[in-house]
Amino acid sequence: MSDYAVLRGASYTLAHTPDMVIHDGATQVTERVVNPDGEYLKELPKHIRSFEDAVRYAPNQAYIGNLNNEELKAIEFPWYDKPTDITERTGKYGEIMPEDEYYGLMQICDTFDLVELEASFAADVKAKLAANGMFTDEQVAVLDKNANFTEESLAEVVADGGCGLYFNDKLVGAIKKAHDVDVNLSAHVMLENIASKATSVLSLLHLVRVTGIDPAEVDYVIDCAEEACGDMNQRGGGNFAKAAAEIAGFTNATGSDTRGFCAGPAHALLNAASLVKAGTFKNVVVTAGGCTAKLGMNGKSHVEKGLPILEDCLAGFSVLISEDNGTDPVIRTDIVGRHTVGTGSSPQAVISSLVTDPLDAAGLSITDVDKYAPEMQNPDITKPAGAGDVPEANFKMIAALGVKKGAIEKKELASFIVEHGMKGWAPTQGHIPSGVPFMGPCRDLMLDGSIKRAMIIGKGSLFLGRMTNLFDGVSFVIEANNGQSAGGSGVSEEEVKGLIANALKDFAAGLLAE
Amino acid sequence: MDLENQKRVKEFYDQYGADQIVVLVGAAEGEAGGLAAETVALGDPTFAGCLAGVSLKLPCYHICEPEIKEEIDEGVYDEQISMMEMVLDVDDICEEMNAIREQVAEA
Repeated sequence: MSDYAVLRGASYTLAHTPDMVIHDGATQVTERVVNPDGEYLKELPKHIRSFEDAVRYAPNQAYIGNLNNEELKAIEFPWYDKPTDITERTGKYGEIMPEDEYYGLMQICDTFDLVELEASFAADVKAKLAANGMFTDEQVAVLDKNANFTEESLAEVVADGGCGLYFNDKLVGAIKKAHDVDVNLSAHVMLENIASKATSVLSLLHLVRVTGIDPAEVDYVIDCAEEACGDMNQRGGGNFAKAAAEIAGFTNATGSDTRGFCAGPAHALLNAASLVKAGTFKNVVVTAGGCTAKLGMNGKSHVEKGLPILEDCLAGFSVLISEDNGTDPVIRTDIVGRHTVGTGSSPQAVISSLVTDPLDAAGLSITDVDKYAPEMQNPDITKPAGAGDVPEANFKMIAALGVKKGAIEKKELASFIVEHGMKGWAPTQGHIPSGVPFMGPCRDLMLDGSIKRAMIIGKGSLFLGRMTNLFDGVSFVIEANNGQSAGGSGVSEEEVKGLIANALKDFAAGLLAE
Repeated sequence: MDLENQKRVKEFYDQYGADQIVVLVGAAEGEAGGLAAETVALGDPTFAGCLAGVSLKLPCYHICEPEIKEEIDEGVYDEQISMMEMVLDVDDICEEMNAIREQVAEA
C-alpha cells in the first residue's frame, strides 16, 4: 500500500474579458495616468479580439482540453494568426466564458451587494447563465436584484468611487467601493478580488463536473492565487478558498490561502498532497482564480508588432487531491525539490535544487522523468514581448544540467527537449502557468499509459514584494499508480488477517502432529 | 534595463567613480545584454529610467564572455555558470557586447 495522495482530476477555465483589458489591466491603468493621450491607448481598441476569435485560438483550446500538446505542436508557430476549426467553448477540463456571462458570475460570487448590473443586460445574462447548465436556479436568481439599475444609476456609482463594468465598450455594470476610507476595500480592489473569486468558482464547478465528486465530500480547499483580501487592519487576512467553496456548494469544507507568487500552486499542491497522505483529510482541492491586473500586461509589445491583444482572458484552475484509490496518479511527496534560503539565485543553482537534487536523492536520473512541467507560458504571448519561449528555456536548462550530470550527451540536448518537454499553452496570469496546467493532461497521459513519471516545477519571484531579494521554487514528482494501494489490487487488511490465521492454523497442526 | 537597477548603477557610479566599476550582466540573449550595456555606457535608450540621456561610459561584460570567465575560479564557474553557458548563444552575446563597447570607445 503506497499511501500517497492521488491526482483525481483537474479543471481549467478562461473568462474572455476584452473590456476589462482596457479598463482594469495594470499596463493600461498606468498608461491612462502617465500618458493618457498617447498612441497606445488610441491603438489598443483596434487590437481587441472577439469572443469567437478567443475560442478558436489554439492555446485557449489546449487550456480547456480540446487540443493536446502534440496537436498544438503540429500547428505552425506563431499561433495567433492560425485559428483552429474548434468553435466549442466547453472542453474536457472546463470552458471559455464570454464577458457578459462572466459579469453575471461575478454578481453570483458577490455576497455584499457590491456588484450592480443594468436591468436589461442582467435579464439577458440571466437567461444565458441558466442555459450554461453549470449554475443552480438559486444562483441564477441572484441576477433578479438588478431591476432598478439603469446606465445613469451605474454612472453615479462610478462617479462615487466605483469601478465600471463594460461590455462592447458600453457601461453595463458597476462595482461599489466597500468602505468610504479603507483603500483595501476600494472598488478597484473589490473588482480584483471578486474577479479572482469568480474564476476560481467557475473552475471549482467544472472540477465537480470533471471528477464527478460530490461537493459535500470535499474536506478542505486551498486557494493559491496572487491576490489578497482583507481590510486596513489585516490587509491579507483571507480567505479566498472558503469564500469560493461557499459559492461552489462545498458545504463540508473549510480552507485557507497559500501564497508564493507564481510558485503558489506548487506549494499548495504539496500542502494538499501532504494533508491527504497524513490522513488529515480525504479530499483536498487546490484552486486559483485569475488576475485582472495582468490583462494586456504585454499589450504595448503586441500592439506595436500588429498582433491582437492575446492577454484577454482571466484564467482559473482547480485540482482534486484524494486518498489513494489504486488508479489515479500518485503525488510523490517524498521526491520534492526546494529552493532554500541558502540555494542562491544563479539559474544553475535554482534548477539543480528543483530538478536534479530531488532526483539524485531518489536515485533517479534526469531521463527517468518522462515530462517536465515548469512555467508553461504561451510563447505566442511572451516571444513578441521579448521574453522568449519560457518553457523552452527551462527545458534547455534541464537538458544542460543533464549533460553536466553525464545523464545525456551534449548532442542529445535537442532531442531531450523534444522528448521531455512540451509547447507552452498557458495564459500569462502569473501563478496560472506555473507547472499546474499540466496536472490535467498529466493524469490523462498516465491513465492511458503514455507516460509513467512527471515533474511539476513551480518558481516564484519573491523580490517583487520587496520583503526579500530571494527567489523561490518547489517541485514534486507525479507517478502512474501501480495499483498497490488499499483501494487497488494490493493485499487488504482482511487478506493479511486471513493469511496470519492460516499460518497459525498450520503451526498449531504442526505442533499437534509432533 | 530595469529602472531599479539603473538607479543602483547610478548610485554606485556616484559613490565609487567610473574607474572602479565594471558592470556584469547575465542576460539570456545578446540583444538584452547589448541593451543593458548601452544603458550603462551611453544612456537608457528607452528613456524610461534615471540613465536616460546620461552617458556613464561604464565597461560592461556578460558573465559568459571569455574576459570574465578567465577571472573566475574554475570550480565556482562550473558550479554556477557552466549550465547556462551551454544553453545560451554565447557567440551572439559576445558579438553584441563587443559592438556596444566599440561604440563607446568611438564615442
